[in-house]
Amino acid sequence: MKRHFREFSVAAALVLGLLVLAVFAPAFYQPQPLLSLLTREAPTLIVACGMALVIISRQIDISVGSQFAVCSVCTGLLAASNVPLVLLLPASIGLGAAMGAINGLLIAGLHLPSIVVTLATMVTWREALRWKQQGVFVNLPDGLQWFGLSQLGGQWALISVAVVVLVVLAIAMKHLALGRFVYAVGSDAEAARLAGIRPQLTTFGVFVFMGALTGLAAMMNVVQSPQVDPKSGTGLELKVIAAVVVGGVAISGGRGNLWGVFVGLLLLACISPALTHLHVEAYWEKAIQGAIILLAVVADGVRSKRERN
Amino acid sequence: MTAPLLQLNSVTKSFGAVRALNGVSFDLRAGEVHALLGENGAGKSTLIKIITGAHQPDGGSIEIQGRRVAHLTPAMAHKLGIACIYQQPALFPDLTVAENIGLRLEPVSPLRKVKWSQRREHAAQLLQRIGAEISPDAEVRSLSMPEQQLVEIACAIGAGARIVIMDEPTASLTQTEVELLFNVVRELRAGGVGVIYISHRLEEIFELADRVTVLRDGESVGTRSVSGRRGNEAQISPGKGQSLLTSAPTITESELIKLMVGREVSSIFPPAESETGEVVLSLKNLGCSISGVKNVTLDVRAGEVVGLAGLVGAGRTELARALFGITPSDSGEVIFNGEIVAIRSPQEAIALGIAYVPEDRRRHGVILEMPIAHNMTMAIHSRVFPGGWLRFGTERSLALDFIRDLDVRTFGPDAPAGSLSGGNQQKVALARWLAAKPKLLILDEPTQGVDVGAKSEIHKIIRCLAKDGLAVLMISSDLPEVLGMSDRIAVMRGGTIAAMLPGKSDARDVMAAALGQASEDRGNRKSAKSLRVE
Repeated sequence: MKRHFREFSVAAALVLGLLVLAVFAPAFYQPQPLLSLLTREAPTLIVACGMALVIISRQIDISVGSQFAVCSVCTGLLAASNVPLVLLLPASIGLGAAMGAINGLLIAGLHLPSIVVTLATMVTWREALRWKQQGVFVNLPDGLQWFGLSQLGGQWALISVAVVVLVVLAIAMKHLALGRFVYAVGSDAEAARLAGIRPQLTTFGVFVFMGALTGLAAMMNVVQSPQVDPKSGTGLELKVIAAVVVGGVAISGGRGNLWGVFVGLLLLACISPALTHLHVEAYWEKAIQGAIILLAVVADGVRSKRERN
Repeated sequence: MTAPLLQLNSVTKSFGAVRALNGVSFDLRAGEVHALLGENGAGKSTLIKIITGAHQPDGGSIEIQGRRVAHLTPAMAHKLGIACIYQQPALFPDLTVAENIGLRLEPVSPLRKVKWSQRREHAAQLLQRIGAEISPDAEVRSLSMPEQQLVEIACAIGAGARIVIMDEPTASLTQTEVELLFNVVRELRAGGVGVIYISHRLEEIFELADRVTVLRDGESVGTRSVSGRRGNEAQISPGKGQSLLTSAPTITESELIKLMVGREVSSIFPPAESETGEVVLSLKNLGCSISGVKNVTLDVRAGEVVGLAGLVGAGRTELARALFGITPSDSGEVIFNGEIVAIRSPQEAIALGIAYVPEDRRRHGVILEMPIAHNMTMAIHSRVFPGGWLRFGTERSLALDFIRDLDVRTFGPDAPAGSLSGGNQQKVALARWLAAKPKLLILDEPTQGVDVGAKSEIHKIIRCLAKDGLAVLMISSDLPEVLGMSDRIAVMRGGTIAAMLPGKSDARDVMAAALGQASEDRGNRKSAKSLRVE
């Protein structure tokens, strides 16, 4: 309990919020809008899981929004030229992994700071996309939306994929040696190296995995609408980093888990619809999100300061 | 009669439970070079930090030019004319010499207009005063190490320093550069400045110093005159201090070594009772050009503890890092278990059966945030967790066994390693490698920063491991530890092995070899001049 105090306190805040909504705005619990909310957040959760791994390994990746857009548009273009659905998913994941590998090579191979490398790739991918598409939406063929399922079936499918990824990753991080390597490298890369772990390989792997998850998330986003917006994914990196930080992953690496990230994401995602139902002006959303992030960061700061003393 | 420039009266300083200085008195007069000598960890650095105001003493008093200073801060020390020249000068590499000097000496106010010609002229004057042929317009980046030190000295002079501390200034200098530096030191002395000179090189002390104070285990064990080195150029007014000075007994090199070493090896060390077996590790002319290790030839046998002695910077840790594949060796041969091997990474070293408990335990020996159990299995994942699937039950019982065997004081295997005391962290680091069942265990300062009780427990563990047939290579700066624990002692100096000594050697022989004095010559020296050994 003490070790997971942070995760529990975020969960408590979420439950409290949901209770307030149940009393003052029961309309929030109408099934269809709630399902839509969860479906919209499913791709975000996937990216947030990847970001959690990146931050646990003491790195950061701010290029995920651009990767997401590149994967979305390329998948859309492939679909528009009648590439079958079964090939679209591996293509999207592969493309994401390739972009992640570029980040990983520069960061792990050349020891460049991840914030600078991913800033560069973020701008590069985004501008390349603008040059290619000139802002034009990609029209998708019929039958791609909701994987050709009914809307309800598609929504449940997407939510299930996100939950499966979350659960599998959470278990892997705890029960696989690989997961522990990520924590070890994030805590103290030199100590990990002296214990026979390969920090560079681990870091590279994490970035490739981040890219692959972004590709998966992009695909999950594409099937939700009849068109692909070349500006999709703008601001995604900030959203997932916020969820990861609120969920209790230490920005200094080595600490945190995916359950916390899940709760953090839900908390942040519920704010906007909750405000609507409580008839609060929508522009409070960003302010409240900001306050929550600030609170989370301050809590971490206080904790690490206390530990130092 | 002038009061001494600096007078420390029974200064005491503790860090936690460790007493770094215990009632040390020290004085420095105008126009003298006073050498400070002692083993690693004897308290020299702490003493310097107290003089420069970086540390506050717990007890005792400091007098500067006869006036008692209650609470010395670095800023006050600077104002009172105390300057310290470190081994690595702290200059801005991208600025010119004149700019560096200007930054140190000119008043700090952000909107002040810089008078460039004046700044340049002042710098040139100062450099000329110490006889340094350095252009004020040169970028510091382009200067050699001794030239940078000269710039530091120019800053010190310009700031009106009366007390100049030099902390191993010649460690990275060539012989001609050393001569250049010595001339400047003599100039300073002639100008009435007091110089505190720290060096491990005895020949320098006999060449340069007027007096020498030896520290041992945080205590001053004596201040002596250095024979025949009283220069005429010194401008000391004869008086009470002077007579005291001349009455101090002069010293020879061997007496100096004896003072530094001093104590008897206590009998608290567990007896060596292991049978030595086959040669596990054999090094033939091993070298690593990056880290400065060269021509190391050494055998370590199963069941044997080989102590690796030497001063800081002698290349002991560097040798260990080369063996463990952190900075792989690039010349010579490593023969492990009878086979020639090339160790290019820690993974390869671990796969062969080499374990390395690093020096900086607090940072890299254990992962502080991780539970003890995770730390203990860190190096053996592939063996105890086939397929990479962690088995928490196995891990827990393994951790509990080690906690019991090594007597780790903890709440349990889930406690983070950072919650343990230094000695217990060291036991966790040891456990990690014992779990890997190595054939060769390299320990780097295994008891540094560890309290006395845990220290002797760790000694027992090491002895036990050797008895079970492990080959142990133990780096230690703790002389009694090296003497008490080792079956054989390899003394390193300048990146190579200077001497191989038997286990129960005389501490003085070890120290002499570490300092670079041939032990058989010890004691035969009469004149200080002839003491210089190359």
